[in-house]
Order: sequence, then structure tokens, then C-alpha cells
Amino acid sequence: MSTATMAGVEVRLNDEGFFEDPQQWTEAMAVEMAKADGIDTLTDQHWTVLKFMRKEFFEKGTGPTVRVLGKTSGVSVKDLYLLFPKGPAKMAARIAGIPKPKGCI
Amino acid sequence: MSDVTSNEGKITKVSIIISKGSLEGIYPGLIMANGARAEGMDANLFFTFFGLDAIHTKRIDHIKVATVGNPAMHIPTLIGGLPGMSALATHMMNKTMESLDIPPIGEFIEMIGDTGCGMYACKASVDMFKLSKDDFVPQVQDIITVGDFYDMAAGGQIIFT
Repeated sequence: MSTATMAGVEVRLNDEGFFEDPQQWTEAMAVEMAKADGIDTLTDQHWTVLKFMRKEFFEKGTGPTVRVLGKTSGVSVKDLYLLFPKGPAKMAARIAGIPKPKGCI
Repeated sequence: MSDVTSNEGKITKVSIIISKGSLEGIYPGLIMANGARAEGMDANLFFTFFGLDAIHTKRIDHIKVATVGNPAMHIPTLIGGLPGMSALATHMMNKTMESLDIPPIGEFIEMIGDTGCGMYACKASVDMFKLSKDDFVPQVQDIITVGDFYDMAAGGQIIFT
């Protein structure tokens, strides 16, 4: 575990850079993390995915798989990979401030 | 020896070969390819020999579990050989997988194509089974030789299933 300062606030991150406490997350932090990951501007589609992931996480206790994202978030699998080129489940979950999804699919 | 396949100790590219045409022969390779893309790695899938059934439009929806010659099924060979056993076992397994959010092979291939994973058929096998590109799902980009495969796999890990 480590700490980092995001949007002026100290947050706790795990070894892979995922939030230890999703409640610490703010939208301003997402913007900072996205920039560091090579996404200069978070578009409406990015936000749709990030908000959907957080909603799923708080409802179900784990982030959605790419398949679920593609079927229910309103953003296709193809677009998910264009929006989050380093892998949607992993990259989007990190930017959304939730733990890495546990599924294999 | 320099390690061209890794970046800070991480795998960054995989080439996965699927050589078997049974349900249990196809899924592991698909899951690994999909997982590689989800982790942000480059991934290519190569289908050879009976593995071509996984991309054959007429066979893709009829992939079955092997109930004979498969000791891990834990049913006697003679029972496993009864008509309908393979279909029954396949049906049960498909139901379990759907409940685990693992898509049917046809949908999975489509989804993996959408992730940007490359898909190729092996020329020697295609010739042997007298097939052509028209027999395959649209996600298959090309029919390639073993030499093409090694060129494409350069700088990454090769996984044979």
C-alpha cells in the first residue's frame, strides 16, 4: 500500500495503483489519473463508463466485466477499448477509483 | 540474455494457438486471449487443425465437450460413448458457463474481435480440410503460413493449447 496526492488530497492506493477506499475518489482525481495514463480529456463516453463502473461496484461489491460493460453501459466493447486502450476493465476501474474487477472474462 | 517480451517484468504480447476443436480445447485459449487484451497486452489468436472449428461458421455453434477419452469427466468410457452423452454434458457445461458470465463461443469470438485481438487461420490446416476464408467468421483476418505466424509472434510469448 502507498499514498499519493491527487487533486490536493492524500489518497491510499494498493500496489497496482487502485484505490484502497473508493469513497476517497473524486471526479477531479479521475481527470488527473486519466491524464497520467495518456487520456488528455475525459469525454462524455468516458464518464458514462466510469460512472457505470462505480454504480455497479457500490451495488454489487465488484466492478463489471468487459462483457457486462459492453452489454449494459451503453458503450460497445469496441469503443471501450478505444476509450481505454490499456484495457478497459483494469484502466477504467483504476480511474473510476474502484478495485480491479476479479472476473476472468 | 535480453528479455524482449517484458516491460518491467510484465508480459506485453501473447500469441495463442488453438489446436483442438472440443469445448474444453477451445475455451482456455479464448479466455487467455480476452484476458490479455483486458490487461492491455497485444494478443493474437491462431487456429490450427481441429481448432478451426472455433471459427468455422457452420460449426462454431455446435462445439461439444469430449465425453470419451476424457478421464476428468469421471464417467465410464462406455457410458460416455452413448448417443447424446456429449450433447448432454455440453448443455450442462454451457449452462454453468452462462451463469459465470462466460459467453458462448460464437459471441466470445465476436467480443474478442472487438477487443482488437488478431485472429488467423493456419494455411496448412485450411488446405488439408479444403476450406477457404469464406468458411470462417468475419473476425478472421487472414489465412497465414507458419512463417507468417512466427513473424507476427516476434517479441512476445507463444502459448499452445
